[in-house]
Amino acid sequence: MDTQGTTTGTTPHSPPPHPARPRAARRLLATGAAVFALLATAATPLSPAAAAAPQQPAVQAKAKAAPRTLTIAVAQSVDSLSPFLATKLVSTSIHRLVYEYLTNYDVKDAHTIPALATEWKSSPDKLTWTYKIRDNSKWSDGKQATAEDAAWTFNKMMTDEGAASANGSFTANFKKVTAPDPTTLVVELKKPQATMTALDVPIVPKHVWEKVGDFSKFNNDKDFPIVGNGPYVITDYKPDQYVKLKANKNFWRGAPKFDELTMKYYKDGDAAVAALRRGEVGFVQGLTPAQAASLKSEKNIKVNDAPGRRFFALATNPGAKDKTGKKFGDGNPALLDPAVRKALFQSVDRKAIVDKVFQGHAVEGQGYIPPRFAEYHWKPSAQQQIAYDPAAAAKTLDDAGYKKNADGKRLGKDGKPLDFRILCHATDPNDKAVGKYLTEWWGELGIGLKVECLDSVSDRWLAGEYDLAFDGYSVNPDPDYVLSIHTCAALPATPDASGQTDNFICDKQFDGLYDRQIVEYDKARRTDLVKQMQSRLYDTGYMNVMVYPNALEAYRTDQIKSIKTMPEAGGNIWGQDGYWSWWSAEPAASGDTPDQDSGTSPAVWIIIGIAVLMILVIAFVVTRRRSSTAEDRE
Amino acid sequence: MTAASTPAVVREPDGGPVKSGPSRGVLARAAAGPKTAYLLYVAGKLGGAAVSLLAVLVTSFFLFRIIPGDPVKAMTRHRPVSPEQMAALRRQFGLDSPLWQQFTDYCGKALTGDLGVSYQFHAPVSQLIAERFPATLLLTGVAVVIYSALGLWLGTRSAWRHGQLGDKLNTGVALTLWSVPSFWLGLLLIIVFSVGMGPIPGLFPTGGMESGSETGFAHVLDVAHHMVLPVLTLVAVGYAQTLLVMRSSLLDEMGSDYLTTARAKGLRDALVRRKHAVPNALLPTVTMVFINLGHVAAGSILVESVFSWPGLGGLFYQAIPVPDLPLIQGLFVVFAGAMILMNLLADLLYPLLDPRVGR
Repeated sequence: MDTQGTTTGTTPHSPPPHPARPRAARRLLATGAAVFALLATAATPLSPAAAAAPQQPAVQAKAKAAPRTLTIAVAQSVDSLSPFLATKLVSTSIHRLVYEYLTNYDVKDAHTIPALATEWKSSPDKLTWTYKIRDNSKWSDGKQATAEDAAWTFNKMMTDEGAASANGSFTANFKKVTAPDPTTLVVELKKPQATMTALDVPIVPKHVWEKVGDFSKFNNDKDFPIVGNGPYVITDYKPDQYVKLKANKNFWRGAPKFDELTMKYYKDGDAAVAALRRGEVGFVQGLTPAQAASLKSEKNIKVNDAPGRRFFALATNPGAKDKTGKKFGDGNPALLDPAVRKALFQSVDRKAIVDKVFQGHAVEGQGYIPPRFAEYHWKPSAQQQIAYDPAAAAKTLDDAGYKKNADGKRLGKDGKPLDFRILCHATDPNDKAVGKYLTEWWGELGIGLKVECLDSVSDRWLAGEYDLAFDGYSVNPDPDYVLSIHTCAALPATPDASGQTDNFICDKQFDGLYDRQIVEYDKARRTDLVKQMQSRLYDTGYMNVMVYPNALEAYRTDQIKSIKTMPEAGGNIWGQDGYWSWWSAEPAASGDTPDQDSGTSPAVWIIIGIAVLMILVIAFVVTRRRSSTAEDRE
Repeated sequence: MTAASTPAVVREPDGGPVKSGPSRGVLARAAAGPKTAYLLYVAGKLGGAAVSLLAVLVTSFFLFRIIPGDPVKAMTRHRPVSPEQMAALRRQFGLDSPLWQQFTDYCGKALTGDLGVSYQFHAPVSQLIAERFPATLLLTGVAVVIYSALGLWLGTRSAWRHGQLGDKLNTGVALTLWSVPSFWLGLLLIIVFSVGMGPIPGLFPTGGMESGSETGFAHVLDVAHHMVLPVLTLVAVGYAQTLLVMRSSLLDEMGSDYLTTARAKGLRDALVRRKHAVPNALLPTVTMVFINLGHVAAGSILVESVFSWPGLGGLFYQAIPVPDLPLIQGLFVVFAGAMILMNLLADLLYPLLDPRVGR
């Protein structure tokens, strides 16, 4: 068996070397060389254009006629283009660009400013809100946007379950919405509600949407362009690929500077960074510290390291219970002792977390609301603050009677060693990294920690089956929602149901403050109440904010000359509360962006060349076969 | 090996192995006649496939209900949602009815081709799959065809000259590429051939399937342009399996007497290989190729991710964390169904390739 196979040309079994073989090889070589030469000549005049200075002459020639297009990389696929269904950030960001909301948030400090509504006032009983609707906003099909559109949108959400899927909570407290005339919108409430200037609901054109049948299945992605009245209009959408938008030249606040905006979906962050380097996209968000570092030295790329809108906190289980007070879950009772929680927080080195885990791209945590929202941000006073102090932490535990045993483990009141579990998101590398540090720090304190990283933490969380957990929320300009999740009213109705509660906190004092702030229409007084609530939340010690992670993003300065960040001084670009970034973005001086991704590029010619080569080779092999078979038959 | 040689000697070059029907000896043994025997064989295989498909339908319903996680809770986490809204969602998804009723609803609908409505995309599952299936079919289909052909060709050459430098080089390179993680290779290709490195210009787009501005033939070229790197990745990582299977099964044949006979007749070496050895060694490779074709539907989650290819793999990936039950179920049925279909095709093809099968 071996001898037959190994030595083709020499074994006695094999036929003598056939003359066709060397001839065939020569023919193959010659054909290959010819095709390669052909290809090389075809490609040579084109290849410099593909190299370092990408297609400059061509771009300039095209510049006058071609629209100025900005392509940005997004990290999510669109869940729905219907504002009644969409919940993912990419989709709601698109809706910000294509529909006006009643109000918007100032680019400087996120305070409420006019949008579709120009002014608003509430009745003395706080139950009726009257909005003046602007008369200079037109739908992209030419019709006037009126109070009737707004009233129809809200009424639809109040009466149709399908239309309430995404934003139903905004209208939950509405009694009646009417439009007595085209510029007046009247909303009657069941109870006073201080968030009436923060209704983040896209207002849709009634004359288009009243034809929709089932709102729970209508995705608004078939008839392009989609009628809207924001700074951009959706002109095309390919699932899992891209959304194309065109500037709305009649936008009441002024037309955007770019003619077209394409949001291209990149499933992989590193590929998106490669696309930015190549110039295929002009903007990338959600960078890792390593990616940001590698882009910093790159020519024509600006890395934006800005304060984010999230907090990253430690949540400790206060003993999960439902609204009726029925307890469930298995939170460690030792954590109900304020001294234990204080000691844990005292041994968290926030600076180390910022420096080591976030590599400097985060801010040390204090109050609940991130400093980005300067109005509502609160800091603990010097006496109140639980500062990093491992020695004090040990003393706190000693004083509270948690003594170390012979093995150096702290013993609980039941005589057993203190061992806690922490719920961690397996998909979040920060959770895992911080988990390692906590294990070390709390280990020194004599407390054991098991970091439990799961793909989906929500089941265990909602069942109250955790001692501690890594927690984080994105905060809105209006803090009502992130405060409401710590009220008793947010607890689940039964252990099986899920409430809005984040961490099963139910504190009468906090609730009292919450009830006062939601009916407080005076801005200064409400701000003060919000700060008092944060102070109370800090003191109860079930939520401890470790850091506020930064948003890391980068853009090409040869495509984008300038762009507004939010907050205007040192803010971020993606996921703003408003349409400021893409509305304000100005094309770079060349007037166009290197159009890398379209047209018949040299690479296409090379593909054609390769295809021709393959066809030639196949043809050659086939002819050779035929001839050799014929020879054999002779 | 001697057993294999018996029927194979009937494969004379003039007859052509694939086109030739069962040999005379086979005919004599198939008492009921070749056609009836083949029909019985086909019926058996079809029945088996139908039963498998039914089992898949049932399994997919229960299998994914074991995944921890309540879709409504997961979808409404971290955003303001009232209890009424959650109840409405539960009603809308049909999650408020008892499990047996959900199951009968699902079965009834599935048999009519209705796979339900995705929780997160609010669109019929069949529509979501139909939107992405062509992309997956195009990418993985082209890759499987290329790497099967390449593996077959290189495997044959390797086996025929096994132990020589060419064989060692061939197998070595194939095995090295086989052990390379596809997402890593994909990223390297992006960095080198998309962004450009040193003298190499950035020739290919970093991701996606089209630039969206072309029509007609330009669009075809545009898609081909986007396909080069992902196909290259899949081929590089994948061709080793066909190569190795082909190589080893051909090696098994190479000691056979019928090859000696063929050579004794004075046939040229290449012809001995092509007309005698390869057809007999093809069966395991055909199985492999069809298994790979079965995998085409599932796509390649990793390669689709790196190159942002809008295929089914990515859809599955997005469906799991919710869990978007109708979507997961639908995709599972499609993936498993494609596998069953391809296995069926392979089974139906065997008797044509080798008359001993299906007697």
